[in-house]
Amino acid sequence: MNELLREFLTEANESLDVVDVELVRFEQEPNNAELLGRIFRLVHTIKGTCGFLGLPRLEALTHAAETLMGKFRDGMPVTEDAVSLILTVIDRIKEILAELDRHEKEPYGSDADLIHELERRAESAEPLPEASREVGTLAYQVLERPLRPGEVPLDELERAFRETPGPEPLKDISDEPERRMPPDRRDEDRRDGAHRAQTLRVQVDTLERLMTMVSELVLTRNQLLEVTRRSESAELNAPFQRLSNITGELQEGVMKTRMQPIGNAWAKLPRIVRDLSGELGKKIEIVMRGEDTELDRQLLEHIKDPLAHMVRNSADHGIEPPEERAAAGKPEHGTIRLSAFHEGGLVIVEISDDGRGLDVERIRERAIRLGLVSAADAETLTDSQTYRFILAPGFSTARSVTSVSGRGVGMDVVKSNIDQIGGTIEIKSVPGKSTTFRIKIPLTLAIVPALIVDVAGERFAIPQIAVVELVRVGGDAEHRIERIKDAAVLRLRDHLFPVASLGTLLKLEETRGEADVRFVVMMQVGGRRFGVVVDQVLHTEEIVVKPMSAFLRDIRIFSGNTILGDGSVIVILDPNGLSAAVGGNAETSIAQEQPAERAPAIEGEAPVPLLVFRAGSREPKAVPISLVTRLEELDARQIEISNGRHVVQYRGGLMPLLPVNAAVQMRGEGVQPLLVFIDKDRSMGLAVDEIVDIVESRLDIKIGSRTPGVLGSAIIDGRATEIIDVAHYLPLAYEDWLHRSETSLESRTQRVLLVDDSAFFRNMLAPVLKAAGHELKMAASGAEALSILERDPRFDCIICDIEMPGMSGYELAAQLRADPRTAKLRLIALSSVHSAAAIERGKQAGFNHYIAKFDRGGLLAALKEPRLDWATAA
Amino acid sequence: MTMHHADTEIEYVTATVCGQLFGLPIARVLDVFIPERITRVPLAAPEVAGVLNLRGRIVTAIDMRRRLGLPPRGPGDQCMAIGIERDGEFYGLLVDQVGEVMRLSSSTFEAVPVNLDPSWARLALGVHRLEGRLLVALDVDRSLDLHSESVAA
Repeated sequence: MNELLREFLTEANESLDVVDVELVRFEQEPNNAELLGRIFRLVHTIKGTCGFLGLPRLEALTHAAETLMGKFRDGMPVTEDAVSLILTVIDRIKEILAELDRHEKEPYGSDADLIHELERRAESAEPLPEASREVGTLAYQVLERPLRPGEVPLDELERAFRETPGPEPLKDISDEPERRMPPDRRDEDRRDGAHRAQTLRVQVDTLERLMTMVSELVLTRNQLLEVTRRSESAELNAPFQRLSNITGELQEGVMKTRMQPIGNAWAKLPRIVRDLSGELGKKIEIVMRGEDTELDRQLLEHIKDPLAHMVRNSADHGIEPPEERAAAGKPEHGTIRLSAFHEGGLVIVEISDDGRGLDVERIRERAIRLGLVSAADAETLTDSQTYRFILAPGFSTARSVTSVSGRGVGMDVVKSNIDQIGGTIEIKSVPGKSTTFRIKIPLTLAIVPALIVDVAGERFAIPQIAVVELVRVGGDAEHRIERIKDAAVLRLRDHLFPVASLGTLLKLEETRGEADVRFVVMMQVGGRRFGVVVDQVLHTEEIVVKPMSAFLRDIRIFSGNTILGDGSVIVILDPNGLSAAVGGNAETSIAQEQPAERAPAIEGEAPVPLLVFRAGSREPKAVPISLVTRLEELDARQIEISNGRHVVQYRGGLMPLLPVNAAVQMRGEGVQPLLVFIDKDRSMGLAVDEIVDIVESRLDIKIGSRTPGVLGSAIIDGRATEIIDVAHYLPLAYEDWLHRSETSLESRTQRVLLVDDSAFFRNMLAPVLKAAGHELKMAASGAEALSILERDPRFDCIICDIEMPGMSGYELAAQLRADPRTAKLRLIALSSVHSAAAIERGKQAGFNHYIAKFDRGGLLAALKEPRLDWATAA
Repeated sequence: MTMHHADTEIEYVTATVCGQLFGLPIARVLDVFIPERITRVPLAAPEVAGVLNLRGRIVTAIDMRRRLGLPPRGPGDQCMAIGIERDGEFYGLLVDQVGEVMRLSSSTFEAVPVNLDPSWARLALGVHRLEGRLLVALDVDRSLDLHSESVAA
C-alpha cells in the first residue's frame, strides 16, 4: 500500500477515536472552547489530508461536518441531536476508512443524505437563535442550563475562542489543502511543547522484530551462561557479566516500547455508553481513572472487546432506569467506573457500576435450571461462588433480551479472552448498590517465568502464573493419589482435586507408576483447581514464548514452544488446555477464599535449586528450595501476637513467625511473604521482604559467617548472596527444640557420612556441615549407608538418625561396630528423643555422641572435638 | 504451474528418500542442515518428527518418509534436513540424503503419471526424465499441508 495512504489511515483512525471521546465530553460541556478547538482541528486535519490524497467522498463529508462545527464555534447552541448527527458522520467516515484500508480506494456510494442534513442544520443555525442574538461584536450564546460551579460565563469563553489559534476559515483550506497540512501540524507541535517533539511514530512490525531479536539475544545469553558456568574462567566472566546486564536492560527497554496506556483500549467506551444511554433511556455517566496504566499492546488487543462488553453489560443490566433509581433514593444518573492500576507485577482493571447489583437468587435458580449445579449443592455455595456462574457459557440473567446484551453470548467469551492471556476475573456485588468486576492480567506475554517439568524423559514448560503449588506424592510422601473408578483425585487440606497424569494426557509411555515418587503440579485456571502429575520438577526458567508452527497450533494442550538455556526446544503447556483435558470446561465451585500458594519443593543434587529472596537489605539471600516446604503470601491481618511472639493460624495449628533478621519488619497490612518450613507436625514461617526468584546454582560457600542465622556467602547468579541457615531458626521458633550457643567453626576437615531418612534434615544439615568445612556424603537409610561404606570406608565420622524406617540407628551402629573395617569410626547419633534411657541405649549400641536434632552447634562441636569417648551434647 | 511451456530451465535441490530421487525448486530452499536434538511433540501428526533449534530459530521437522508413507528410518540411518520457510515459519523436511543442485530443462518435464499412488501424486508437481532415473519434482507447499490432506483422505 502507498506509504502516504497507510500513514493517513493510521493517523485518521487515531484522530477519530479521540473525536469520539471529545464529542461526548463536548455535549456535556458545550462551552468548553478548548475542547471544541481540538475537535475542530482533528476533523480539519483529516479533511486536509483527504484533499491531498484525492479522496473526494471523505473530503466532502468532513467538509460538511466541519461547517456545522464551525457554526458551534460561532455560537450556535449545541444540541444532543447535532452531536448525534456528527457522531453518525464519524461512523460513516470510519466505514469509508475501513474500505479504504481493504481496497486502497474509496468505496462507491453517496453521502448526500448526511451532507444534506449537516448543511440544513448549519443553515438553520442563522435564523434559529434570532430572538436572543446580537449584542455588540460578541455573539450572545444560549446556554440551556444554569452555570455549574467552576464554569465561566460565555463572554469569556467567546474571547477564549477568538484567541485560540484555530484553523483558518474554510475556503482557504479547500483551496490549497496540500499546503495546509504541514503548517498545521507544526502548529500543534509548537503548542504542545517539548514532549511532543520527543515522540516518534514507529511501525508495529519494527517493534515486533526488535522484540524477536531481543528474545533471541536473551536465549543466546542463557546459552552462554551455561558455558561460562562450566568454564569458570575469570577472563570470560567479567565481560559476560556485562553482556548479561546489558541484555537485561535491553530486554526491559524493548518491552517498554511495546507498552501502551490502557486508555487506548478505553477510547471507545464513552461513546458506547452515550449511545446506550439514549437507546436504553437511562442516564449513565462513565468515569475513568488510571488511563495511563501501561501494558503490553498484545494484551491490550485481547482485553479491548471484553472491556467494551462488560461496560455494555453494566449499562444494560447493572444501571437501573431513572425512575427506579429515584424510587430507591439514588441519584438518577448511574455511574460506571473504570479504573486501572499496577499491583505486584500485574495490571488490575476494575469495572464497577452503582446499579442494582447481582441477584444471587436468580443466578442460583438459573444455574440449577441449566444444570450447572445441583439444587442441594447450590444451597451450600457462597454468594461470590454463585456469582461466578454468570461466566458460564449460555448464562444470561437479563429478564428480557435486549439488542445491547443479554443474548447469552458474552460473559463466557469475556472469560475465555481473559483466560487466554492468563488473567483472572473476580466478581463482587452488593445488592441494590453495586457490582464490581476485577480483572487481573499479567504485564506481558512475551517472556514468562515457567516451571520446567519432566515426564517420561521429556521436558515441558508450565507457565508459573497458573501454578499454585507442588505436592509430592507416592513413595513415602505424605500425600498419595486416590482413585474413584478411573478418576484420579488428590486429597489436599480437606478438599478433593481432580488430577491427571501428564504422560497419559500426552499419550507418552509412562516410566513411573503410581507407587513411585512423583509430583503433582497444582494449577488454578479461572475458578478451577486441578493437578497434573509429572515425574520431576526440574527448575524454573524465564522463557520466551514462541508460537507453535501452523499445523501444531491446533493441539490445544500446547500454547507454544521455547528454546531453553541449553539450546534445546521444549513445548509449553497451556493451562487452559490442561484444564480442559483434565476434565470439564465449566466453572466448578472451588472456594475462592483459598490463599494463593506457590511452592516448588524440589530435591536437588550437585547444582541445587535455591530460593533467592530479600530480607532487611537490598543484598540477596538464599536458602536451598528443598528445605522450604512452601512459599506463602499471607494477608498481614491474619498475623496475631501471642505471648509476645508473632503467630498465624495455619493448617489447623498455630505457626510461629520469625523475621529472618532484625531489619525485617513484620507487615501490618497487605501481604507478608513467608518461607514455610514443615517437618512432620511442626511448622515455622520465616518472614522476608520479597521473594525474588528460584535459581539453580552450586552451593559453594566461599566465606563463612559469624552472624547467627547466616551460613556464609556464595556466588549465586553472579551476585554475592548470603545463605540462610534454617537450623538457626527452628529452635527459636520452638523453645523445646534444644539449642546451644554457637561455637566457632574452625575445625579440621572431616569426611562425614550423614544418614537420615528425612530429606528435610539432610538438606538442612548439608549446608551446615559444608560451611564448617567438612566433606559430606549422604544416605537416606541404614542400608544405603552400609553400601556406601562397603565401596568406600574412608570416612571419619557417621552422623546418624536414630528413628529410621527399616534399619534403625541403633541397628546400624551395632553393625558398624561389629565390622572391623568400620569399628573405629566415630558415630554420632541424632535424635529427637533424648531421655536418659534413650541415651543409655545409644551408648550401648556404640555411639560416641548423642545429640539432639536441631542442635547444630552441638553437632559441630562434637565433630570438632578430638576423638573422645562418650559424650552427650543433648 | 507453467513448467511444461517453452524451453526454460529449473533448478532443483535434489534429495533421496528410500532410494527415490526428489527435487525441490531451489528458490524455496533456505538451508540444508543435519538435524540435531529433535524434541518430540506429543499428540502431533505422525509426520511431525518434532521441533528443533536451528541457530536460534524453532524449526518444525517433517519426516518425509512418513509423509510419503514409507518405512521409518532405522536408528543408525543417515538423515538430512532441507530448510523451508512458509508464512514466516520454519520447517525442516527430513530426507535420507541431500544431493547436488540440478539444472533441468522443462523439456524433460512430464505431468504426474496417472497411476502414481495418490498420496505421492498429491505432493508431486511432475516428473523429470533423467538419464537412467526419474526425479519427482516436489510441491513444497503441499508437502507441508497436513491439514487439507487429512480432510481429503
